[in-house]
Parts: sequence; C-alpha cells; structure tokens
Amino acid sequence: MARLTDANVQVAREIIGRLPRAKSALIPLLHLAQEQDGYVTNEAMAHIAELVGITDAEVYGTATFYEMFKFEPVGKYCINICTGISCHLTGAWELLEHAEHLLDVHAGSTTPDGMFTVEGVECIAACTEGPALAVNYRYRYTVTNDQLDQLVDDLRMGRLTDEIPPHGTLARVRQRTPENWANTGKLAQEAVDAR
Amino acid sequence: MTDQPTTPQHFHIPGLVPTGPQLITGRFDQADGFTYDGYVSTGGYTALRKALTAMTPQQVHDEVKTSEMQGRGGAGFPAGVKWGFLPAGVFPRYIVINGDESEPGTYKDRKLMELDPHQLIEGILIACYAVGAAQAFLYVRGEMALAQERIAQALNDAYANQLVGTNIMGTDFSVDIVLSWGAGAYIVGEETALIESLEGERGMPRLKPPYFPASKGLYMQPTIVNNVETLSNLPWIINESGQAFHDIGAASSTGMRIFAVSGHVNRTGVFEVPNGVTTFRMLFEAPEYCGGVREGRGVKAFIPGGASAMWFFDEHLDLPLDKPTIDKAGSMLGSGAIVVMDDTTDMVAACWNLVHFFSKESCGKCTPCREGTTWLERILKRILAGEGRPDDMDLLIEVSESISPGMAWPPRQTTICPLGPSAVSPIASAIRRFRHEFEHYIEHGHAIEGVHTPPIHGVAHGAPTHV
Repeated sequence: MARLTDANVQVAREIIGRLPRAKSALIPLLHLAQEQDGYVTNEAMAHIAELVGITDAEVYGTATFYEMFKFEPVGKYCINICTGISCHLTGAWELLEHAEHLLDVHAGSTTPDGMFTVEGVECIAACTEGPALAVNYRYRYTVTNDQLDQLVDDLRMGRLTDEIPPHGTLARVRQRTPENWANTGKLAQEAVDAR
Repeated sequence: MTDQPTTPQHFHIPGLVPTGPQLITGRFDQADGFTYDGYVSTGGYTALRKALTAMTPQQVHDEVKTSEMQGRGGAGFPAGVKWGFLPAGVFPRYIVINGDESEPGTYKDRKLMELDPHQLIEGILIACYAVGAAQAFLYVRGEMALAQERIAQALNDAYANQLVGTNIMGTDFSVDIVLSWGAGAYIVGEETALIESLEGERGMPRLKPPYFPASKGLYMQPTIVNNVETLSNLPWIINESGQAFHDIGAASSTGMRIFAVSGHVNRTGVFEVPNGVTTFRMLFEAPEYCGGVREGRGVKAFIPGGASAMWFFDEHLDLPLDKPTIDKAGSMLGSGAIVVMDDTTDMVAACWNLVHFFSKESCGKCTPCREGTTWLERILKRILAGEGRPDDMDLLIEVSESISPGMAWPPRQTTICPLGPSAVSPIASAIRRFRHEFEHYIEHGHAIEGVHTPPIHGVAHGAPTHV
C-alpha cells in the first residue's frame, strides 16, 4: 500500500498531459489511487502531490471534500443503499434494516472479514427503480430482501467478479490519448497562463 | 432517425394525452444503441457532418436560438441565449458538460450517458463548433461507473473515426473532449462548484458576480456549462431545424422533454413527453405513463421538479408541464424530477428526508446554509424520534427564515448558491399544508394515524438523538 505503481504513474502522466493545468487531474488521480489500493493512502496522496506539483495538504484538502474517497480500508464490496426521497418512499429504510441484520453490521461499517461495507447513501439517480442500491457503484433496481440475500451470496461466492470489480475501480475503460488528439485547449491555456 | 428529415407529428387534443416524436430516447430500447456502430447505423453523426460542412457556427447558433430550447439542468434558461453571453473575441473558451445528476428524483442524464453516449458526444461537438470552444470537459458524476465506462469507450471510438480530435471529418475544425468525473458531492452540480472541482479544488460555488462562467469560468476563461439532456437534443435540432423543435410542445416550453416519475404510482418511469402541454394528471393517470396512484389511493403531495422544488397538491394536477405556468404557480420543473406521495405518506418523515439530504450536502461555505440546514435536520429528527418540543415549529420557521427570508418562491437567499434555500422548500411546503402532522408528533410522540413511517436509521430504532 503505497505510492502509485510504475504503470499507474504512466496513466497519471497521460491524464495530467491532457489537461490545461495539472491540478485539474487531482480527482482522476485520487480515483486512480483508490483503484490501486481500495482506498486512498497517505503515501499515494503524497505521490500525487509530487506528480501534480502541489503540496500534500492541497491534495488532502480536495480529497476530503468528496464522499467517495475513503481514507481507511473498506469492504471489498461497498453496498450503498439509496435513501433518497424516491427510495425512502418505496422501502429503502426497510431494505437497509434488512441488510444490517443480514450482515450483522451497523450501517456505515464493515463486516469483520472485510468483505462488505453497508451504507445508506444519498440519491443515486435511479429514482424510478426504488428501492435501488449500488455495489461498488454497479446498480441494482427495485431490490427485495430476497434479492439482497442472493446478491450477498453471489458476491461472497465470487459469482459476480466479472461484473463487479473490487472497491475502487470505476470505469474499466480508460479514455486514451490517440494520435489525432487535439491539444487546442491545453496549448491555448498554457499561452494565456504564460502571459 | 432516418436519412430523410421527418416532419414531427404532434397532435394535442384537449383531454387526450399528447404524443410526439422521440427526440433523444429513441435508442433506449436498442440493444446496441450505445455502441459506435449502433449509433452510426441509426443516423448518428449526420447532424455533425451537416453542421461542419453546410453551416457556419453562427447558423448553428441561430438554429438553437430558434428552437428556444430551455436548458434541462434545472434553471431552464434558454440554451441559445446562454451561448450568446460569451464575450466576443476572448479565447480560449470552454464547454463544460454537467453530468453530475444528483438532485433527488432526477433520473435522465445517467440514462442518456449509458444508453446513448454518442448522441451526447455529437451534441457536444456541435456546441463546440457553434461557440468556438477549444476543449470540452465532460464531467460525469463519480458514482456512475457504467456511464463513465460507456463514455470512455464512445470517446475512444469517436476519436478512432476522426469525429473528435484534429481535423474532424476532414475539415479544419479540431476539438478535444476530456472525460472527467466527480467523487461524490451534490453541490458540484452547481455550475461554478463544478468548475472548481474541474480545477482540482473542493467543490464550493463561486460568488456571482463576478464569476459568471460565460465571462470568468474554467481557468477564468469564458465557459459555457450545459446539461447532458440539453446537448443531447442538438443532433435532432440540427438535422430537423430549430423551427421543427419549436413546433413541438408549447410555445412557452418547446420540444420534447424527459420527466422521471417516481414514488407511489403504479408504473414509475422515465418518459419523454411533449413539453408544456402534458399535465401532471395525464402523467400520473394515463395507462401509457404511470397508470394511476398505487392501490387507487389519492395524491397527498407531489414534487414537480426535484428535491429543491416547492411541493404541489391536488389542485395543481391539471397544470401543464410548462415552465412559466409552473413558475407562476409557485414552484419549478427543475430537472424534470417528479415524486409522487400518496395519502399514506408520513409528511414529517418525507420533509426530514429532504432536509437531511441538503444538510449532508451543504458545502459549508456559507454560514446560514451550513449551520441552518444542520439545525433544521436535527430539529426534524428529534420531532420524528418523539422528542419534539412545543416551540420547535417556531424554531423551524425562524431558522428557515434566516436561510431564505420569506420562505417564498422564487426563494430569496442569504447564501451564495441556492442549496440552502432548497432545504427550506420542503419545510415551507410541509408546514403550510400539514402543520397538524408536525404538531401531532410533538404532542404525542408519533405520527398521525394511517400513515407509514419508514424505519429511518438512527431514528425509529429509538436511539437518542442528543439534540
């Protein structure tokens, strides 16, 4: 658990290279660190500070504003049960209560085996499909108690590893910087900044 | 979509549910609609070719102005007029696409990004061409992993096919689209907070004036921030004309528009309906839409445009989904998020839910919002827990007044952005209409009879609230 790997430093440099100012890469790089380690380590934040050319405190200051970044280990699977108004009206709290019983944890905490973190979260934009949840940000709709039981069982038995990567990985496709990349914005902004 | 322009067929006979063409949801049911091949085989990127080869940027801008399309992000400001605010001759300028959909009740942008990412990309390119943008930043909400994945793939494919990048379609038009994403903060949906976030900062709104994005936006350069749904309409407008768009719906709210209807209806859903003419009753009752309130119950209240909106009631059911009409009636259509609450709803709990949301999502920059929303949430929580005090009603109103004087619509605000006042909307709505439900809680320690109170975490477990 530490600094970004060499491979991820390459990715980080590509992300930074695309942006008119390096600091704009901060949130993407924090996601990259979380993808690498499952949460954002202090070492990774210090490394990001080096890559971007800002202080550790600036990285920490931005990172702690955003709820998705975790600064200590969480479960391999984070089950986020939506408690937004539409899900509130259609059974979210009952589902959260069931999840707590099922996994024997309080909302907001992690099972002792490190497999699951359960949380009630703000609206996840699946309002017509309440109650909805997301496991590592992969959605499930109109979830019944039985379906949650099944989901947890499937995750535990490794039956969903193709669909649901461990916590920290968001998109499994990265935007590339191809040969016909138009560096119009970057060049123009650098010219303005240089003045 | 076909190769040939189609004349929109739109009939509105009073009493009947109006219908119209699917402008932007046409590929939702197409299994490969999100792929490059699936998009191109159904008319994709023809509008971009038309714009780049047969139209000047000014002509593209004029078509959007003619359409009078209102922005679909929440404020409903006409997109064509917004573009016109860019100061002449100042470059570089940017387009930022707001895909940070998180207003409770709102469910459309995620669908548009997951199911038709190329349509959005084509819209972005058309917008960049029209305003002369150097680069576009597509900011997708952090939690939307699939949308990010589909957009990343779509951008890679679009680049590979010379549709983004240098010399697009062999012309001298070059532009880059960068996929960026958030990390869990509702406030970043506010356009200046989104710009802060794109600059790698905490997502806190900037003071306006002077920081109107059109003049001082991203990197202090002129910037247009447009919503995903807004830009997704551009390919259709360019293919068919701004006038064709204007001919759909009402003159005061043009085009088709997506509304998500959630809560206590038989068939919740995301519907693209003629703007300005469809009524709430039609949406709730028509079999082609929601098919009635569940169990044949009555509507106790509904939210017409997202958590920030004032609530509507029975007497508003026959209002059309028309911006000026809804504004005049004292609320907003916002982000097209309609939430229906039937007569079994515990209004104190519903009110708490919305206030809780805003208190959690307050960025903390302005004191009235940071402290006020927290106080409001605590007061409501203790009322729900059976620990309400006799003067809590007065206190709720006093704190609300300090965030949004008058508790009226449109809201006045003592804050930089509208988040604080948004927390006052559910309180003003619920207290004015259902004051007896609050008083019953305070007096008896529980809800009135006949309503369902969900087992809200930390409240219904009988946990002490310590407030």
